[in-house]
Amino acid sequence: MKQQQTPTSEARAAGLTLRGIVKHFGPTRVLDGVDLDIRPGEFLTLVGPSGCGKSTLLRIIAGLEAQSAGSVTIGGRSVDALPPSERDVAMVFQSYALYPHMSVAANIASPLELRRLSLFERLPLLRWLSPRRPRVMREIMTEVRAMAGQLQLEGLLDRRPAQLSGGQRQRVALGRAMVRRPAAFLMDEPLSNLDAKLRVHMRTELAELHARLGATFVYVTHDQIEAMTMSDRVALMDKGRILQLGTPSELYDTPADVTVARFIGSPPINLLEVEASAGGVIRMAGLALRAPGPGRYTIGIRPEALHLGRAAPGLLAARLRRAENLGAEWLLHAETEEGAPLAIRMTAAEHAAADALIGQVLHLSASRAGVHLFGPDGRRVAVEAAVEAPA
Amino acid sequence: MTAPRQRAEARAGAAFALPAFALILALLLAPLAALLALSVTDYRLGAMAVRLVGLDNYAALFADEVFQRSLRNTFLYVAFVLPGAVFGGLGVALLVHARRRSRAFYEVAYFLPVTATLVAMATVWQFMLHPSLGPVSALLRALGFGDVDLLNDPSLALGTLALIGLWQVIGFNMVLFLAGLSAIPRDLYEAAALDGARSGPDRFLRVTWPMLGPTTMFVTITSTITAFKVFDTVVVLTRGGPLGSTETLLYVLYLEGFQYFRTGYAAAMTVVLLAFLVLLSILQARVIDRKVHYA
Amino acid sequence: MRRGLVPRLLAHAVLLLGAVVMLAPFVWMLLTSIRPAEEVFGAVFNPIPGRFAAPENYARAWNEGNLPRAMLNGAIVCLGILAVQLLAAIPASFALAKLRFRGRGMLFGLVLFGLCVPIQVPALPLYLGLAHAGLLDTYFALMAPFFLTVFGMFLFRQFFRAYPDEVLDAARLDGMGEFEIVWRLATPAALPAIAAFSVFSVVAHWNDLYWPLIVVTSSELATPPLGILAFRDTESGGNYGALMAGAALVTAPLVLAFLVARRAFLRGITMTGLR
Repeated sequence: MKQQQTPTSEARAAGLTLRGIVKHFGPTRVLDGVDLDIRPGEFLTLVGPSGCGKSTLLRIIAGLEAQSAGSVTIGGRSVDALPPSERDVAMVFQSYALYPHMSVAANIASPLELRRLSLFERLPLLRWLSPRRPRVMREIMTEVRAMAGQLQLEGLLDRRPAQLSGGQRQRVALGRAMVRRPAAFLMDEPLSNLDAKLRVHMRTELAELHARLGATFVYVTHDQIEAMTMSDRVALMDKGRILQLGTPSELYDTPADVTVARFIGSPPINLLEVEASAGGVIRMAGLALRAPGPGRYTIGIRPEALHLGRAAPGLLAARLRRAENLGAEWLLHAETEEGAPLAIRMTAAEHAAADALIGQVLHLSASRAGVHLFGPDGRRVAVEAAVEAPA
Repeated sequence: MTAPRQRAEARAGAAFALPAFALILALLLAPLAALLALSVTDYRLGAMAVRLVGLDNYAALFADEVFQRSLRNTFLYVAFVLPGAVFGGLGVALLVHARRRSRAFYEVAYFLPVTATLVAMATVWQFMLHPSLGPVSALLRALGFGDVDLLNDPSLALGTLALIGLWQVIGFNMVLFLAGLSAIPRDLYEAAALDGARSGPDRFLRVTWPMLGPTTMFVTITSTITAFKVFDTVVVLTRGGPLGSTETLLYVLYLEGFQYFRTGYAAAMTVVLLAFLVLLSILQARVIDRKVHYA
Repeated sequence: MRRGLVPRLLAHAVLLLGAVVMLAPFVWMLLTSIRPAEEVFGAVFNPIPGRFAAPENYARAWNEGNLPRAMLNGAIVCLGILAVQLLAAIPASFALAKLRFRGRGMLFGLVLFGLCVPIQVPALPLYLGLAHAGLLDTYFALMAPFFLTVFGMFLFRQFFRAYPDEVLDAARLDGMGEFEIVWRLATPAALPAIAAFSVFSVVAHWNDLYWPLIVVTSSELATPPLGILAFRDTESGGNYGALMAGAALVTAPLVLAFLVARRAFLRGITMTGLR
């Protein structure tokens, strides 16, 4: 429990290794064998729909929940038998979990007090008997003030959490985590209680904080934008498994699974059911793709990969239903002949040139890079361009 | 909002409030005014003439040995009951809160005395404490205390009543504390665990006790008021005896007002009682506002 | 986070010991109520009675005293009080919560003041008033002081305040009058609070001793506590088995109701904790 507490500026970043993590709650299997290597100093985000097991995984790392099987290693040390306080990780909770009866200073000081003073030195009344306590408390308060300076909380040290704004509470929660200089920070949807504007601002602040501290961040969110904007790598989870682990670009450009493709990207990817010919050829939106064999596939086309063209055979025809002006961009909503919805994203200049009217039939071609093919099991299918589409 | 709409709202509001207002007037305000008026007269029920006596009743009250004794007994009773009621209730709640399967059983066991008719249960206690027939007396004999008559020994009777009072109130307080405990967010315990709180005392001092502040305050005040109004057990078990050792405020008030019919005198006594209760309520509001309100 | 076995056993030991003390009077009451008189006065304590005397004890408690009448009176008084309380308090607290009218602030102030005034305070003038009106020793005298429930008004007001204003405005646009809004919209929504308050009210007035002791003299109007007191006095020194049977009878309705509707009871009786 006595760990390194010297206030240095160099990073204390540990890598985390998860092996075969399984968790049941009664008969429900929440985590189904998760393996994950988190590099020292990395900002790794666990993202997925609610109920995918991402928060449970984070709580298992913290030691707040015991795994049913599998092991957790932090900084090369197995922590399976250690209580949360001895795992050398700090956690920022969705609700911030600040002690409402304590001042901001006392909240930030709390982890240091609990570590550096014995139980006896923290008991009401009795604590005044300790000769060591005043000195230790002075040291602690020096560190707390330094932390408050870093987080722009100097003027608020005597306030109670109830007297703070959401953003300030968020920073106090960060301060309480940072003051210990933990080997890793665990964050459970820390921005979800903030309003939209503040959330965007805090995204930047968190990313900068990560860069400055150089510490390992494990971040849980259901918001793909947070995942994409802040992380070094993203682990996308669904139904208790990691579907894909990679950089944000990898997840966007080569989704390994139709669920990943659907989850990442806004507006979401267009998904169409297609049938491959006997030779395994799929013709779609001016492209001819060679699939491994005949049968039904799902084709995914990013909204920005669709382009308006002149009526021609082989192009995807869709009737324009609605057009949204987003300023620099336009978002068109159309419907194919089969009734499938399509989203098309284009620059304002492209839109002006195309002169698309509501109710008109659009003829769409797709660029190869934004098109992905998925098999009946939902996994990505490698394709090669078979023949160039006829003009 | 338009003016007719406001007028309609005001009319409906006044109409709805009228019956309640009439009841307040008839059952609260008018009696209080009458009480104050009676307290400066020498009125006795059935008397032909009434005389204004100014503050004589109050002066007599504070010179009255019986009243002084009842005041002393009442405070003593409160002092006996209160610590057990608050800390006993808290302790039981903490233990019960951690139970899963057996929680319902303990809740029922401890709460049963609260629902039961106190007068009926007091007669049971009287039998249980009977010097020759009661099991409690037998138990005390077996433990080597000899023959004790808990209800007829002037030095023990008030304490015995206090124990019965505690028996009745502890389950009530337990349920209040249980509600307070379930309102503490689990996040706080988890944050404390990550902060480095490992032991039960740490969790209790850092999270449970401070978070229960408002509940504790409330339990303390309601228990004080409940204990202050002790009456049923006195009527059933001791009738103020032995040697006036269990004459409490309400019992003496009942005797003066409704047995001896010294109405003016009893009115003055009631005013003093009301002063105590209002004082307690103000204290409750103040303390809750100032010290323990976090939100 | 599972704790060790030893602390758990220790907790159970403490709780069980406490539970034994809490339940002892109930157990003793039931055991004695099925015990014949000769065993009650016997020198030996035998927890299980040698002869099962429940029928005679309970028959005696039911027939000799005035308990059936007292329990009927208890039911009449409790229901009468509750009906008037609800009829007066629900509209008034709705007005306090949702309608603006002159005197609203004052009314709420009076409610708050009333919260710290127990029955013992207005009892004396109320008694004199009833005496002058010749209404002592009537059902009306038993019930009247409790028609006003500032506590209920306070509670319902808190509840109604949480009711969304948009729904009320929508109902007004649909053409509902305020009277209809109270009884057809607000009251059904407040049912949990009303149920809890009803438990609170019935328990309080079934068990009350102070006021009935003052205003009732005839045994036809005795409430359950008065009934048990009278029964004890007629049986003095006599049959403890029958007396305990009587106590069991008087306690049974509320205790059984509590066992059946535990949640509602806990909410109702401890509702004072909402303040």
